[in-house]
Amino acid sequence: MNRFLIAFAVVALYLLHQDYWYWYSAEPLVFGILPIGLFYHAVYSLVAVGFMLVLVRFAWPEHLESQADDTDQASAQESEH
Amino acid sequence: MIPALVVFAYLGVVLYIGIFAFRRKSTGDAAEGFFLADRSLGQYVFLLSLFGTNMTAFTILGSAGHAFSNGVVTYALMGSSSAFLIPLTLYLFGTRVWALGKKHGFITPVQMYRDRWECGHIGTAIFMMQAILLVPYIVIAVMGGGTTLNAVTGGLVPYWFGGLLVAVVVMSYVFFGGMRGTAWVNTFQTVLFLTFGAVAIVFIGVSIGGFPEAMQQLLDSPDTEALMTRERVSPRFFFSYMLIPLSTIMFPHISIFCLTAKKMQQFKKTIVFYPLCILAIWLPCTFLGLAANAMTDVPAIESKLEARHVLTTERDGLTAEDTAELQREAAGDDVIILMLEHYAPLWLAGLLGAGIMAAVMASDSQILALSTMFAEDVFAHYGGAARFGSAAQVQTGRAFVVLIALIAYVIALQAPPGIFGIAVQYAFSGFTTMLPLLVAALFWRGSTKWGALAVVLWTALTMTALAVLQSTVPAPPPGVTVSILSLNGVDLITRTPGGTDVLGFMPVLPMVMGSTLLMVLVSWVTPKPSPVTLTRYF
Repeated sequence: MNRFLIAFAVVALYLLHQDYWYWYSAEPLVFGILPIGLFYHAVYSLVAVGFMLVLVRFAWPEHLESQADDTDQASAQESEH
Repeated sequence: MIPALVVFAYLGVVLYIGIFAFRRKSTGDAAEGFFLADRSLGQYVFLLSLFGTNMTAFTILGSAGHAFSNGVVTYALMGSSSAFLIPLTLYLFGTRVWALGKKHGFITPVQMYRDRWECGHIGTAIFMMQAILLVPYIVIAVMGGGTTLNAVTGGLVPYWFGGLLVAVVVMSYVFFGGMRGTAWVNTFQTVLFLTFGAVAIVFIGVSIGGFPEAMQQLLDSPDTEALMTRERVSPRFFFSYMLIPLSTIMFPHISIFCLTAKKMQQFKKTIVFYPLCILAIWLPCTFLGLAANAMTDVPAIESKLEARHVLTTERDGLTAEDTAELQREAAGDDVIILMLEHYAPLWLAGLLGAGIMAAVMASDSQILALSTMFAEDVFAHYGGAARFGSAAQVQTGRAFVVLIALIAYVIALQAPPGIFGIAVQYAFSGFTTMLPLLVAALFWRGSTKWGALAVVLWTALTMTALAVLQSTVPAPPPGVTVSILSLNGVDLITRTPGGTDVLGFMPVLPMVMGSTLLMVLVSWVTPKPSPVTLTRYF
């Protein structure tokens, strides 16, 4: 996955966290109990779940795992000899 | 009495799990077995344990207390920001730390820094800074244990004994169980407080006749209306608070924990589910803390609200001692426990108290991390392991577990209340300031050991300055700020009720800007590590 796209998404999520537009708003009370600002950040957390899912599905650093596995195999072979 | 018995039974179960359950003979090196569970933790234990390790007294008691005093802003400050940033740092840094640890056999982050920058004593300086910053976090847990047991038992167990009991229980299973015992206890505790958090919110909601009335009541009262919005914090403060969750990966117990995964694939579930776990814990805690403001039928909460009212309306006529006393009375760290006591039946209050204890006792990983660091970064590094062997190294780590628990307990007896403030101001800000160490070690070939030393010294300097300033200038009452340093009518440094501001931002912002700048500038003008070392990393 394109690194710039990921960086853009990270910056966008960072900015979306600074929701000045709900700073002084309590209403509407979502479901009758959650002030809108609190509800926004609950939804934000769910968006974070989606973003993490994208990261592990499409931008997983496979090379790190293979490097570590190579080391494992090399040390296992050394100990056999 | 029943809640107390339930909590004591819970402590017994935790001891059993930590010491006896899941015990198995180490398959390799004794130190790696004790400190890293042979790098063999499965994916669900890894997820739940990592999450549980990070959720402490600060989360359950501190967040509810903060929401009680400051309102809905608490979740946005620490909950949703952590839901985004903590899994992101696990993805960016945790996976790389794991891979390097597996490749080069590292057990602690300091070993990585020493190898990466070809240094010895500078690594020791990093160890010392991390240890100093971690101790307050452990103290918080002991304080939380004392507060919780005291409240759950209705004052039957005094604060000093509750703290002592928590310290001894945690010390025992860390001592005997090492990382494997600690990880399983954390897993059990996470399941417990996730379950009981949900039960608590449902039960309290039903008991007070539903939350909508309570929320409407808060909205209609001029005293509490502001709690439903974020007007009690400034946008600058809010913006800079976003740096605090970046500290998580720098906590030694978290970075060491990253090394325990069997496969890197295990990070995947942790990264995806972490925000959900945050949501499941932080949202109820924030909500309950906020809703507590409407529960004036609970006498202890009513007196907190009265103390807050006096602080706000009569602040000009109060002495410093009166202000401090009223601040102590108004602190909300125990509001969840007070609600449970009042609304839940005895048996359920006990179970829920056990759930709170589960979060409070998450200091186990920090204690284990400190002992691991001492055994590896000091004892082994300075020749102890070579001279006395791996078994002696483990025994040294165990002795350090006892020492840390004792020190934390003694400090907890002296420390002032306000779990949230202590944690944020010292441990979190300090670790965020040290983040450039990890970023530079993993991603920047040009970084040097002198740059690393500059970061450590800067962290020590700024933390000391902050501590001196806050102990010299007492916290003003709510709504009041004291200018410490100003230029042309602009307040540069301000003492606030919650801490200190720099141009309206939290001190962590200039602190981390300074450490980043120092890492870059000092590395720029000092000799780089050898090409052989660099090729092992890049």
